[in-house]
Amino acid sequence: MKVRIGIGIIAFFAVIAIVGPWLNDLLGVGPWKIDYDAISQAPSGEHLLGTTSQGTDVLAQMIAGTRNSMVVGSVAAIIGVVLAVVLGVTAGFFGGKVDAVLSFVTNMFLVLPVLPLTLIVAGYVQDTGPVTIALIIGLFGWAPGARTLRAQTLSLRRRDFVMAMRMVGETRARLIFVEVLPHLAGWISAMFLHLVLGAVLAEAGLAFLGISSADTVSWGTIIDQARQVAMLNGMWWWFVPPGLCIALLGTATGLVNFGIDEVMNPRLRTADIKAMRKALA
Amino acid sequence: MKQGKGRFLTRRVAFYVATAWSAITLNFLIPRLMPGDPTSVIVRQLQKQSGESIPPEAVEAIQKLFGDPRAGLLQQYWDYLGSVARLDFGLSISRFPTPVGELLGAGLPWTLLLVGTTTLLAFAIGTGLGIAAGWKPGGRLDGFLSPLSTFLSALPYFWVALIALYVFGLVLGWFPLGGGYDPDLYGRPGFLGSVLEHLVMPAATIVFSAFGGWLLGMRNMMITTVSEDYVLLGKAKGLSSGRVMFRYAARNALLPSVTGFAMAIGGVLGGALLTEIVFSYPGIGYLLYDAVSKRDYPLMQGVFLLTTLTVLLANFVADSVYVMIDPRTREAGR
Amino acid sequence: MILDVKGLNVDYISAAGAVRAVNDVSFQLRRGEILGVAGESGCGKSTLIMGLIRLLRPPAAITGGEVWLHPREGRPVDIARRTDKELRKLRWRSIAVVLQSAMDALNPVARLSAQFADVLREHGYRNVEERTAELLEMVGISPDRARSYPHEMSGGMRQRAMIALALACDPEIVVMDEPTTAVDVVMQRQILAQILELRQKLGFSVVFVTHDLSLLVELADRIAIMYGGRIVELGEAAEIYRSPKHPYTKGLRDSFPPLHAPVTRLSGIPGTPPDLRNLPHGCAFEPRCPSRFDECAQRRPELLDVGDGLAACHLHDRERTAHA
Repeated sequence: MKVRIGIGIIAFFAVIAIVGPWLNDLLGVGPWKIDYDAISQAPSGEHLLGTTSQGTDVLAQMIAGTRNSMVVGSVAAIIGVVLAVVLGVTAGFFGGKVDAVLSFVTNMFLVLPVLPLTLIVAGYVQDTGPVTIALIIGLFGWAPGARTLRAQTLSLRRRDFVMAMRMVGETRARLIFVEVLPHLAGWISAMFLHLVLGAVLAEAGLAFLGISSADTVSWGTIIDQARQVAMLNGMWWWFVPPGLCIALLGTATGLVNFGIDEVMNPRLRTADIKAMRKALA
Repeated sequence: MKQGKGRFLTRRVAFYVATAWSAITLNFLIPRLMPGDPTSVIVRQLQKQSGESIPPEAVEAIQKLFGDPRAGLLQQYWDYLGSVARLDFGLSISRFPTPVGELLGAGLPWTLLLVGTTTLLAFAIGTGLGIAAGWKPGGRLDGFLSPLSTFLSALPYFWVALIALYVFGLVLGWFPLGGGYDPDLYGRPGFLGSVLEHLVMPAATIVFSAFGGWLLGMRNMMITTVSEDYVLLGKAKGLSSGRVMFRYAARNALLPSVTGFAMAIGGVLGGALLTEIVFSYPGIGYLLYDAVSKRDYPLMQGVFLLTTLTVLLANFVADSVYVMIDPRTREAGR
Repeated sequence: MILDVKGLNVDYISAAGAVRAVNDVSFQLRRGEILGVAGESGCGKSTLIMGLIRLLRPPAAITGGEVWLHPREGRPVDIARRTDKELRKLRWRSIAVVLQSAMDALNPVARLSAQFADVLREHGYRNVEERTAELLEMVGISPDRARSYPHEMSGGMRQRAMIALALACDPEIVVMDEPTTAVDVVMQRQILAQILELRQKLGFSVVFVTHDLSLLVELADRIAIMYGGRIVELGEAAEIYRSPKHPYTKGLRDSFPPLHAPVTRLSGIPGTPPDLRNLPHGCAFEPRCPSRFDECAQRRPELLDVGDGLAACHLHDRERTAHA
């Protein structure tokens, strides 16, 4: 049930991200369209989520922003997952010196504070479009995932079936792709969701610090702009929605991860215990 | 046995030294990896931003950041390491010619006060509630706390800060709107009180956004630990459930939590820095904001180095705590 | 008699339904007796003893039956029906437990002394240190090891420390769940000898669970054989070993080498243990039984007196009818 709600919310944002521009056309609004008659207006029939101090429609900005936030989130997550899989699985599978070196690098990235590091790189890069930002975030976000995958691969490698395949003389590549990776699917998908959320949060943080490009709109840039004006004028409809969307996305990934955790670690399963209480009551 | 602990800590220190060195080197390389002549790009950018010409001393400060182009890269690196060792991070551009070190020194106590107190508080609250939730998974308390903390831990810190500032600062007027203290009271009897008054809202924000993560982590560890044989034996001994819960289950579940603490501290610090910005708190976060918005690269890099070193230090403290509370001190841990 | 189990049922309850792991089990434990419980893994033997001492982990729960404890002092108590709080006073004083692996069962972050001290204090002992030393010496561990953590001891020493811990409050019953599987054969012999010796000295009763029937023959007074959640045979140890009444017992006996005899040919039991979610309609052992006949698949045999003990097998119906 939890998992279904989570997937539902994520799917909702994904759909908005994909059909966003058409949806805005359909509603007859645009993120940059200025309505001079409705500046800093509270939500009304005409502007469902109100307008900004420039007279743009908040809902339209939210819809457009969903796309950019999701793009940053998924691109960064893909990069992060690929790096985590390559580094983590390699370290766990080959062990020895390879593992020593890769683990050292992983542990290093694990303790480096990601936000300041991302910031200085982003600060030097001239182009701060969504994809560049995603690239930078993904580049620094893989370490926790790699650590988990390394540990999981290590324990998989010691299991009988992988041992047996090795003895039979399967090639390493086949072992990794056919035997090891499928067993890590649960972890990898949990990691992906985690990274999406992390990247959306990081993008928002960067936008909040003013690192974003002026012609894109994302949940983060909306908060950033709202902060400067909306706060003092009490325009809650401007800064509440973007944060709420981030929180909603985060809750959804949390719910899905609950489910994945319970599958991967049966001890965490609470459904059975509930059933037992009910049966005995 | 004691020797094992010593060896563990020595290895960790070696790791942190290597990490610190890598961060310092990264800090050296990043500006130099940028294409073209970075100095002139930045100078042009700054001129465009401020609309006036940049004093030659400032240009020199920027130049210094990227090293004397006439010197070889190795020589530059050597000079750079020397200046880092002297805690000389160059001169700030936005507040020229104040040394970056001086700015950081002024900001650090505030950040330590804010982040230090809130991190410990959030850890204590989250871990405490996590113990309770994980002791009876699927129970009423768990059914309430787990979804709640999933939601809370997904909230962006700075957004919570904005809402808090809006509701409690602007609308209700209970707390000051920003700053770390009341400047009128500086050096006077009410100073400490005003520091506390200004601390409440940013601190509450950080605790509010951070404790959920600790709660979930501790809950899951508790659930795993509760089904261990030694917890069962504790119950079989006829001990009170409180004793079994704390001495047997929580005491063991806490170990990975401490390791998690070390790793999460970087993220918490990032969130706290953003919170500082919302409340114009005079710490490192506010410096960072200034640095980014005014493209003050020396200050930006100084903040990066300082936060990295702080996080490494916090990690070492967590390691030491770990050694104290785990008699086994697994060499292979992490 | 110290323990009287009547029709005990234990279920594993999940959202999909309940699986009965212990089914209508009844037996009595006499004072000072060592009762062995043997069977393959998954037969319900561990679940049974965890049910006896009410230490079942969710989603396992007692769903029927009675477990009457007749303590030295006071009135008989039905353990299955007491609240956790009421049971606390009985725990470790009346019934203590030794688990399979001491490495997992001892608290890894507490010194041995602390793990003795908390239970001794809980049950009103004053001279905690002397008592700990006395107990450790009883199992042949030097008292100065009390300051050690579990990971600092050898496997055999840990296991013996577990036994000493179980005896801390002078219990009437000690429940042992495969206490010697984690140690080597030499250590296993030592520990078994020690259990016998201590029982002689202190007079406690033991319920000893193992998959190794030959080991029980050396140790136990009586043996219960479990299959598919039920007791299928119960009788004197020597008798069970010499002339098993149930084909399963016979198979179990022939699959382990005797501890004290030349190794003869071993034969395992063909087939696999039954799926508790889907037990056969008749005798649970029928699909694997070498002596099965028509009746076995149709009707489940009751556990009945067959002369020298109890057995649940239709082979004895035939004998009975033949005698009649």
